[in-house]
Amino acid sequence: MTALLSLKNVWVEFGDKVVLEKINLDVAAGSFVSIVGPSGAGKSSLLRLVLGQEAPTRGTIMLDDLALTPECGPDRGVVFQRYSVFPHLTALQNTMFGLECAGSPLLARLFGAARRAAQEEASAMLEAVGLADAQDLYPAQMSGGMQQRLAIAQALLKRPRILLLDEPFGALDPGIRADMHVLIRRLWREHALTVIMVTHDIREAFSLGTRVLALDKRRHDPHAPHRYGATVVYDLPLRPRDEDAPAPAEEEPADVPIREIHA
Amino acid sequence: MRWVNRHMRRNDRMIAGAIPILALLVLYLVMAAQRHALNPSDKILPLPDAMARGLSALLFQADPLSGHFLFWTDTLASLERLGLGLGIATLTALVAGLVLGVLPPVRATLGPLVTAIAVIPPIALLPVLFIALGLGETAKIALIVVGITPPMIRDLTDHVASLPREQIIKAQTLGASSWQIMIRIALPQAMPRLIQAVRLALGPAWVFLISAEAIASDSGLGYRIFLVRRYLSMDVIIPYVAWIALLAIAMDFALSLAGRRAFPWAYGASH
Repeated sequence: MTALLSLKNVWVEFGDKVVLEKINLDVAAGSFVSIVGPSGAGKSSLLRLVLGQEAPTRGTIMLDDLALTPECGPDRGVVFQRYSVFPHLTALQNTMFGLECAGSPLLARLFGAARRAAQEEASAMLEAVGLADAQDLYPAQMSGGMQQRLAIAQALLKRPRILLLDEPFGALDPGIRADMHVLIRRLWREHALTVIMVTHDIREAFSLGTRVLALDKRRHDPHAPHRYGATVVYDLPLRPRDEDAPAPAEEEPADVPIREIHA
Repeated sequence: MRWVNRHMRRNDRMIAGAIPILALLVLYLVMAAQRHALNPSDKILPLPDAMARGLSALLFQADPLSGHFLFWTDTLASLERLGLGLGIATLTALVAGLVLGVLPPVRATLGPLVTAIAVIPPIALLPVLFIALGLGETAKIALIVVGITPPMIRDLTDHVASLPREQIIKAQTLGASSWQIMIRIALPQAMPRLIQAVRLALGPAWVFLISAEAIASDSGLGYRIFLVRRYLSMDVIIPYVAWIALLAIAMDFALSLAGRRAFPWAYGASH
């Protein structure tokens, strides 16, 4: 199977500060890649590269064997930790937005039969994420977990090639977070998604992912800490796509010595 | 109990708010009565009955020269200028604020120009406007527009530009173009702020209106009070000023209400 997404010798530098160095990475279609690492190790930078929000300083990024343009597009969906829903639209309108943009370049609004079709599709998606009863609520009237469900529904409706999650559950309390894990795993299976998720939560990374990448700096110059960037220090394949995740209790990842690489 | 924790109930707040206003009115009446006790024909602090007489002449008697009921002609003329000025300024600020806020190259090109215009005291431009546009209605409306538009554009630009970056990215991943982001994401979220900007611009707009009317006009609330000043007609000036205040309060209230009604999501509409 050829890789859906591949990064070849990718570097990100700001002036003389190196954020990411020499990233070589192939992501197969249908995988769920978790990215972990200490703060400032370039996890979000890597995500922004794939998203197209930033361009690499050096190297190439290929999606479906085509070079990625450094601009966000509908082939890559995203859910951020916050602010990824539109506060002035109801849940249904938020979800329909993607369809309206595609169907009406000038007004970005659909009317008549096209509108009803879009509404139906959006309703079905909201139901799939468990927001069937919240269609007419504004985001300010929803809890944090509901807003993230909405953000996921919004993204999935565009059937993205890759779904990017930037600490999507970081601001949620533990109970809600567990519900969201169940939801995202189910959606990942049902929609045959390819997911890249950045997270601080190592347990979450291992319980959801089919593959865990740890980013950190390989080298460290104490006199010029910014001169070396982070790269993939661990690349752990966990399980094939269709194999069920073991119960969370069995996978205690605390002994993965990410920090010890400096020693 | 600390003063920061002393919250008042609604009724108590209304009473507390009314006290200074009533105290000021009583103070005025006492001072006016004192002056009239010394000099029954005093014009500087007229008593309410003199004001009623002065105002009723303008309200109910047609001006022998023009045949107009001056109070209503003045009010209409001023409101027309103010409305046109505010309307043009609001529309301009909305379009400019959106374009500058959403499109970085436009912001880089025109932002400094807007800032430069905004720091010019508009009254200093009044002679230029009178010379360029004549002494008619256009110059007066132009003064209001020139005076309030630049700050409104700056406010709206800042607001639109500070929409969370995540929203703009998200919209693009949903397939939105620059134009679609402008009309579906930025425009609706700019509207509540626009109403706030208009409310804040009302004060300066009145200042520029009265200034323009005071200098060159033949009708208008500002024109009238500057005209009767020559006869020390405080019995007309004070009711006119009160009327202007009343109009300004009504406009502010109407805008505030319209904003809450039209954009409930922006006012924390919660469970």
